[in-house]
Amino acid sequence: MNKPVLDIIRVSKRFGSTLANDDISLSLGKGEIVALLGENGAGKTTLMSILFGHYVPDTGRVLIDGQQLPPGKPRAAIRAGIGMVHQHFALAPNLTVLDNVTTGTESLWSPRSRRLEARTKLMAISQRFGLKVDPDARLGDLSVGEQQRVEILKALYNEARILVLDEPTAVLTQIESERLFTTLKDMAAQGLSLIFISHKLDEVMSAADRVVVLRGGRHVAERRTTETTKAELAELMVGRTVTRPVRAPSTPGERVLEAVGVSVRAGGVDRLKSVDFHLCAGEVLGIIGVSGNGQATLAQLLSGTLAKSGGDIRLFGKEVNRLSVEDAVAAGIGRIPEDRNREGAIGEMTIWENAILERLGSFASRGLVDRKAAIAFAQTIIDQFDVRGGTPTSRTRLLSGGNMQKLILGRNLINRPRILLAAQPARGLDEGAVAAVHERILDARRQGAAVLLISEDLDEVMALADRIQAIVGGRLSPPIGSEEASARRLGLMMAGEWMQEAAHAV
Amino acid sequence: MRFERREHRSVALVIATPLIAIASALAIAGVLIVIAGAPVLEAYWRILQGAFGSRLAATETLTRATPLILTGLAAAVAFRARLWNIGAEGQLYFGAITVAWASSRFLGDMPSILQIPLLLMLGALAGMALLLVPLWMRLRFSVDEVVTTLLLNFVAVLIVSMLIDTVLKDPMAFGWPQSQPVADAAMLPKILARSRLHIGLLIAVVLALVLAFVEARTVFGLQSRAAGLNPQGAAYAGVPLKRTLVIVACISGGLAGLAGAVEVMGVQGYVTTELSRGYGYSGIVVAMLANLNPFGVVLAGLFTATMFVGADGMSRSLGIPSYIADVIVALSLLTMLIAVFFTQYRIRR
Amino acid sequence: MSAVFDILASAGLWAAVFRIATPLILGTLGALLCERAGVLNLGIEGIMTFGAMIGWLTVYNGADLWTGFLVAALAGGLFGLLHAGLTVTLGLSQHVAGLGVTLFAASFSYYVFRLAVPVAGTPPTITPFQPIAIPGLSDLPFVGPAFFVQTPPTYVAILLALVLAYLIFRTPLGLAIRMTGENPHAAEAQGINPMAVRYGAVIAGSALMGMAGAFLTLSAFNSFFPTMVQGRGWICIALVVFSSWRPERALLGALLFAFFDGFQLRLQTVLGGAVPYQLFLMIPYVLSIAALALMARRARVPQALMQPYRRGER
Repeated sequence: MNKPVLDIIRVSKRFGSTLANDDISLSLGKGEIVALLGENGAGKTTLMSILFGHYVPDTGRVLIDGQQLPPGKPRAAIRAGIGMVHQHFALAPNLTVLDNVTTGTESLWSPRSRRLEARTKLMAISQRFGLKVDPDARLGDLSVGEQQRVEILKALYNEARILVLDEPTAVLTQIESERLFTTLKDMAAQGLSLIFISHKLDEVMSAADRVVVLRGGRHVAERRTTETTKAELAELMVGRTVTRPVRAPSTPGERVLEAVGVSVRAGGVDRLKSVDFHLCAGEVLGIIGVSGNGQATLAQLLSGTLAKSGGDIRLFGKEVNRLSVEDAVAAGIGRIPEDRNREGAIGEMTIWENAILERLGSFASRGLVDRKAAIAFAQTIIDQFDVRGGTPTSRTRLLSGGNMQKLILGRNLINRPRILLAAQPARGLDEGAVAAVHERILDARRQGAAVLLISEDLDEVMALADRIQAIVGGRLSPPIGSEEASARRLGLMMAGEWMQEAAHAV
Repeated sequence: MRFERREHRSVALVIATPLIAIASALAIAGVLIVIAGAPVLEAYWRILQGAFGSRLAATETLTRATPLILTGLAAAVAFRARLWNIGAEGQLYFGAITVAWASSRFLGDMPSILQIPLLLMLGALAGMALLLVPLWMRLRFSVDEVVTTLLLNFVAVLIVSMLIDTVLKDPMAFGWPQSQPVADAAMLPKILARSRLHIGLLIAVVLALVLAFVEARTVFGLQSRAAGLNPQGAAYAGVPLKRTLVIVACISGGLAGLAGAVEVMGVQGYVTTELSRGYGYSGIVVAMLANLNPFGVVLAGLFTATMFVGADGMSRSLGIPSYIADVIVALSLLTMLIAVFFTQYRIRR
Repeated sequence: MSAVFDILASAGLWAAVFRIATPLILGTLGALLCERAGVLNLGIEGIMTFGAMIGWLTVYNGADLWTGFLVAALAGGLFGLLHAGLTVTLGLSQHVAGLGVTLFAASFSYYVFRLAVPVAGTPPTITPFQPIAIPGLSDLPFVGPAFFVQTPPTYVAILLALVLAYLIFRTPLGLAIRMTGENPHAAEAQGINPMAVRYGAVIAGSALMGMAGAFLTLSAFNSFFPTMVQGRGWICIALVVFSSWRPERALLGALLFAFFDGFQLRLQTVLGGAVPYQLFLMIPYVLSIAALALMARRARVPQALMQPYRRGER
């Protein structure tokens, strides 16, 4: 390896009682691509935030070209040539691309923005790396892929030589991801050094030169990608062999839900365009797709928080026009929302209150809440679903993500739902919790529930679903059986391949 | 310096918070009293004397606390559901003028036992009506209700001013703009003879108890709290957000309207534009000092009334502007905000 | 109808419009600056009251008018510091903190005023700013007396609107302020300290609010009395929405409001007692509410408005 451009030396950082980074060292050579691999909570993002000066490390230091970087100073990091591409883009939708890129690049006390020079420079960079954008477009009008391009351009505009990308493919389609990695390799060839954070083994193996594996805040291994395998990395990342539950074959029962030509229009936008699907008892239907393609709308529609604007929905053979949350819960639809913290639970309320909020009717008489019954119900969930870290009367916010998800699963599964709607049920959970959640979903299937699984994780869908449909731009592909599914095939479906076929067929 | 959320809050800390806040407010205001050249401790002693030193003073303080408890409840109920009703002042005036109008025009001959409850209801309805306008604007046009309720306060007072200057003007008032008085039968019975203390205080305390029960034990209480803490989560759990907000607005506006009705029927008997001494705005402080807890509102209302009544007496004897009471009340809102913050967060490094 | 025309044709009306507009312009600019950085400042009503009081008191005690103006601005800045401490450092509810600042600043003004000026039959007065005619322009027929004979603070306010428009849209600092109001995390990622930007904007904005108040006692009137701000601060908050957070539109919006206000004042005198005067006085408040309803959905609100920023917390 040539002389390192970046050296992170024995960095530790503690938050309260958790040690987020424990004596981590890492170095990066010029023109090299290093993947930082680890599960959620392994300390990847903390380490990169220290590198970028968002956090001050408790001990340890960062060297750029052998020069020590002053801790806790984002400006100094930028000046030293570090560029950060955040997972949640650090962009302002109301401002133009040019504004987003040039913020903070000139002295704040300068009496005039040099917009012309800025535009010329931006266009030159955009040309050099093949990252096309319209500098005057309002950022909010761009697609997610384009926004990421702006995020990268922003770093390059600051003359970054070291580019850090935090989970760059989390929001991209397969095709967009492939294109992104081509660009990144091209950048490395032009002398930039890159670190990308990921927990996806495929992309780590294909794009990185070297992999650094973090686990529980510690540096556990370092491998050249040419000298390792996916299996080894998986084990290093998780620290033990976790076996995800396997789906046993089953014969689907009656059709419990059937949607024909269903459309949803909300906020002046067509969110779902004439989609067809059906759910059968004892079967999992997987809806695969990159988030932002109508999944949220589909979930809202079936959880009773949004009305359809066209088409037919038959629930247990009966025509349904407007489904309310109350109806949905009463009909036996269990609902696991996409966003635990925003939709799934109200953090400032107690666990028992969250356990019963969506089924208040069964825990109230004459307008009064039956606290005793509610607390007993919550206790049952806690016991049966192994919710750790709280009692029925403690605040829900104190639960970890995995335990909060168990609480949500518990309140939905404890009464044996006939339909289970699971939107991104394992998102953001660590491997152990993922296995537990999958186990519960397969349990429900075994007991005859019809499961609708909405996910953007190919592995998850292939492991759990009996049939799979892809969602793209508010449209659903025709279903394929799980035996026909492969990563490649699903990737094509997520890119909307079937629509072109349909167009050819006409 | 950074702040870190506390994972557990002790009950003792929560109870101590308003006391710490009030003590800090008094300490800061003490500096202003020193600047005015008066002895601080004596000033505060005289405030206490002025508020509770005699039977008359004590009943006066309780009388003054009545509308403050009601507007405090109005604010507490609304804030809990994150409905920023800052319009209690206007709603109070609407309640007041409605009562004066109804009693002087239509209901005056009705016996007390019927007239009083009917008038109280009308007053509450008038307050509700005024709050439903900004609520509708929020639901329909997403207009921030803080600004609209604030602006409506001015409109409401001007409407009242216009009415008592024209159609509802009392011809016997030597040309002063004041409304025709309510009928004698509409006056609230006194709790104590030879004082101004009327049963409005009991009404306010009972309502506080009812609200505390509603919030703690009922489906509506649970739903409105959920709607305030996390509207998106509440909607997902099937809480009817709009309906909940409308009910909350009716309770909040109704309480503020009731404050006006009670003030007219209990104390003054007629309406002027000086009827409220900023009760609507002080109610916000009362609610915050109480941490939005209805029981707390009763105590905080009492504290606020103590300051206002006591400061009048202290001002006369020590020559300190009685505005010191307003300063103390406003300061205690700010210190309370800060104190509450430190029950939720701790400083790290 | 001819009465209406007479009013519109009088240069006096148009001169009055600028006078009425000045505190609205300054207050709206102040609130706008705070909001552009992501902080709603409901302290405005109280800060204007304090500015009116302290500006007047300074001049009453022998200082010259501009010193009074400056003192009012400084005092406003101090209250801004308080508001920023509550909302930026502690991240408290901007609604409640702002109301707290208003209640405190207003009651504190009355306290100080009473302490400094004993109760008197007629309130004491000062000699306020006198109108200055701009040479040349003020000699133009109609237009001259209508637009170019104003007190100096009015010219300052108009100039400030243009300066602020330039600052916000044409300078790196303005971009930093806008970014902080849209997405403070993005600002920080570009090496800008969003806390510092917010402090600066709130302090500067509050100084403008203090000046807005001082105009009332140093130019529009010549004495201070409690409740003289009369909800002008809240109208400014509505005007910020009406102007879509753009200084140049804030200037036009304030002038439009002032026009209606000036017009109703004159209409009142023409119509005499035929219509209750309170109806006229309601106009500005009702207009503000209408303006909010009209613009609230259309305006592009700064995305991070009212969202506290804590480092590392999303």
